[in-house]
Amino acid sequence: MAFREYKIGCYMFGIALSFSMFVTIFLPGLDISSVSSTEVALDKQLTYGRESGFSYEDPFLQGKGKPIKVILSKDPETGAAIDKTTAYVFPAGTPFPSGLTHTKILGTEVKALSESKGKIAEAKAADGAVFLVQTDANDTPYIEDATATRGWKVDAVLKAADQQIMAGSGKTMFIREGCWWCHTLLPEQTQDWQSFGRPPLLGDFNGESPTTFGSDRKAPDLLHVGSRNSSREWMTLHFFNPRLVQPHSIMPRYDYLWGDKDANGKPIDLKEWDKEYLAYARGERIYPPEVPSYAPNSDARYLIDFVLNLK
Amino acid sequence: MLKYLFAKEGDIPQGSAAVFFGVSSIAWFIIGTGIGSFNAAKLAFPDWWHGLYALQFGHMRQVHVHAVIFGWIAMAFAASMMYITPALGNTKLWSEKLGIWNCLLYNVGLCLALALLWSGVTSGREYSDHIWPIDLYIAFVMVLPWCLNIWMTIINRRTQGIYTTNWFFAACMFMTVIVFLIGNMPEWLHLTGLNEAYMTWWFAHNILGLLITPVAAAITYYIVPKITGNPLYSHRVGHLHFWSIVVFYSTPAAHHLMSSPLPEWLKSFASVEGVLILVPAIAYVCNILLTMQGKWRMFVENVEIKFTITGVLLAIPLNMQGGFQQTRAINWYIHGTGWIVAHAHLALLGFSTFAEAAAVYYGMQVLLRRKLYSLSLANFHFWTLLIGFSLYWVSMTIAGLIQGAAKIYEVPYVDVVIAEHPYMIVRWLGGTMVFLGNIVWLWNMYMTARAGTVVPAGRQPAELAYER
Repeated sequence: MAFREYKIGCYMFGIALSFSMFVTIFLPGLDISSVSSTEVALDKQLTYGRESGFSYEDPFLQGKGKPIKVILSKDPETGAAIDKTTAYVFPAGTPFPSGLTHTKILGTEVKALSESKGKIAEAKAADGAVFLVQTDANDTPYIEDATATRGWKVDAVLKAADQQIMAGSGKTMFIREGCWWCHTLLPEQTQDWQSFGRPPLLGDFNGESPTTFGSDRKAPDLLHVGSRNSSREWMTLHFFNPRLVQPHSIMPRYDYLWGDKDANGKPIDLKEWDKEYLAYARGERIYPPEVPSYAPNSDARYLIDFVLNLK
Repeated sequence: MLKYLFAKEGDIPQGSAAVFFGVSSIAWFIIGTGIGSFNAAKLAFPDWWHGLYALQFGHMRQVHVHAVIFGWIAMAFAASMMYITPALGNTKLWSEKLGIWNCLLYNVGLCLALALLWSGVTSGREYSDHIWPIDLYIAFVMVLPWCLNIWMTIINRRTQGIYTTNWFFAACMFMTVIVFLIGNMPEWLHLTGLNEAYMTWWFAHNILGLLITPVAAAITYYIVPKITGNPLYSHRVGHLHFWSIVVFYSTPAAHHLMSSPLPEWLKSFASVEGVLILVPAIAYVCNILLTMQGKWRMFVENVEIKFTITGVLLAIPLNMQGGFQQTRAINWYIHGTGWIVAHAHLALLGFSTFAEAAAVYYGMQVLLRRKLYSLSLANFHFWTLLIGFSLYWVSMTIAGLIQGAAKIYEVPYVDVVIAEHPYMIVRWLGGTMVFLGNIVWLWNMYMTARAGTVVPAGRQPAELAYER
């Protein structure tokens, strides 16, 4: 490089940049990785599955390869009544969340409990499994593989379920449709307690990917929205056309997520709906047109399940 | 362009790669700001163009961001580097052919990347939205050949020393590659949780701090002395700028997540380092403004200097905001509000864009050996850009302060939306002005190539009088 100074400069540059990366990547990585999963993190991982963005199992973000969260009030094997239980069903071939496949994400204690009491080592993604989130006497959360401990099979659990929550597929919709460009998932530590609820803790995100905190809040924070508003009817109207329930909303309409047909197999005509809605907006009709019911395998259902599941 | 792809290196006119990159950058600037203007309209009037589902806000928002960053800003950088680096080394570009292939594959890759984002195929991480196959393409097909051309041109230079601009060009391209490959770790290594969130913002911070702002600064280090004829005020201060960028700008990534549950030591460290950003910022602005001594009339008379110095002046509020808004004392108020959106546009549409526009204006005239077609149109472009940007910046800053106040008083959110409505309309008007000004720019550049006065060998475009 002709001058000795340039050689020295290159060394200095290398040292400065390496040191900067040591402090900003290595040390924080060490610190953050040492945090154990909380109960919230276990629930999130098992609800959302391995990856909510682009992945092998779901390259076009259609919500494929995601677990199903179910609510049970009877034992799926014996049929006996049990306390309301949340179970996470991974049909055969559904990839397990990172907490189950990576050595560090659960944290030492949580992992040890999940292996000894929860028998998670016996679960195999190729065969499918049903998981539960439990806590021991010291309030340490752990994952239980109910297929191994109780013999709960995927099909039986899905059949016995009171409700199936497709929140894992819904989070993929949340990412694909860009909801997170306006709705944050991060109540701020300094002020958001009253409006948006408790800010998350350090270990609440372990195993979640991507976290989609959002950076530009043009709309309410949604981390606990399901606790503030648990009305499925309201959500349905709001997603179809936000101006039906909130005249000043600037949210886009998500009516196209209903797909071609409604829950009864009737074709949905969005153009016609819009025409009738405009007539209503001009005051020519007393009531807005009826919002179609969404089909159980529609994108709209996934997204609404995800939002209502944000407790 | 196509005829040079398989031509012999010696048959390709010098500067071809820079011209192609320059024209592409202007085209992408029009596309990017056009999408931006459309998105802004949607935020003011959500049912405007309802039924055109292909242009849903949630799908177009990131297309706007990546079209202006990868299309306009990065390609204007490539154009500038590909004529400034050889000029400062008193040599030719290492390989024009590589540059032309680079430009073609860059455009192809960008179209593909934006089409995927548009259809919703994303990693779900802000600024590193692209999926990993596209990340690989960006790193190894779009960026590395460009780096190679710049580094090899500097190594093969025919001058003894290396001028300030070229330190920045070489180092920033190196840091960009490192930042890009490490910053996409959440995807390569499937990181989760706070590690993922933190690395996402580590990438976002460093790609802005180690590529976009320092390269824009480096461009002004070339343009101002070159056009005014004054030597750079101080190389020592240039050193201070360079080294403090490397040390201070690469460390405060965590200040983007001040309200998240990251370790407190990390947030405090990032916050202090964030204030130290003022060191390179002050060094840089003083250095350039002092270089203008005795030549301030050119700020009015010369359109390239007008653009450049406006950019440098915008760097003052940019860094004052940037240094202090990330401290705990201020960040709790403005985090996640329109204030940040205004600040981001001050960096990219204010400081950086004005510097790059000057470099593209100047570079096209030098490379085509044609005097700019119309000064009036250039001035029109300047004022639409400046007024459009100012409307945007002021309206979003006010909207952000409203949001901040509403946040701490916990006002129902819909009241914030109602209060922000007029500012959303102003933001749309500002963005639309920028978009329309850019169309005029492309026309002016086209006419320059067709009908601009020929610049005789050995003369500077600035030395010639305008003929119309």
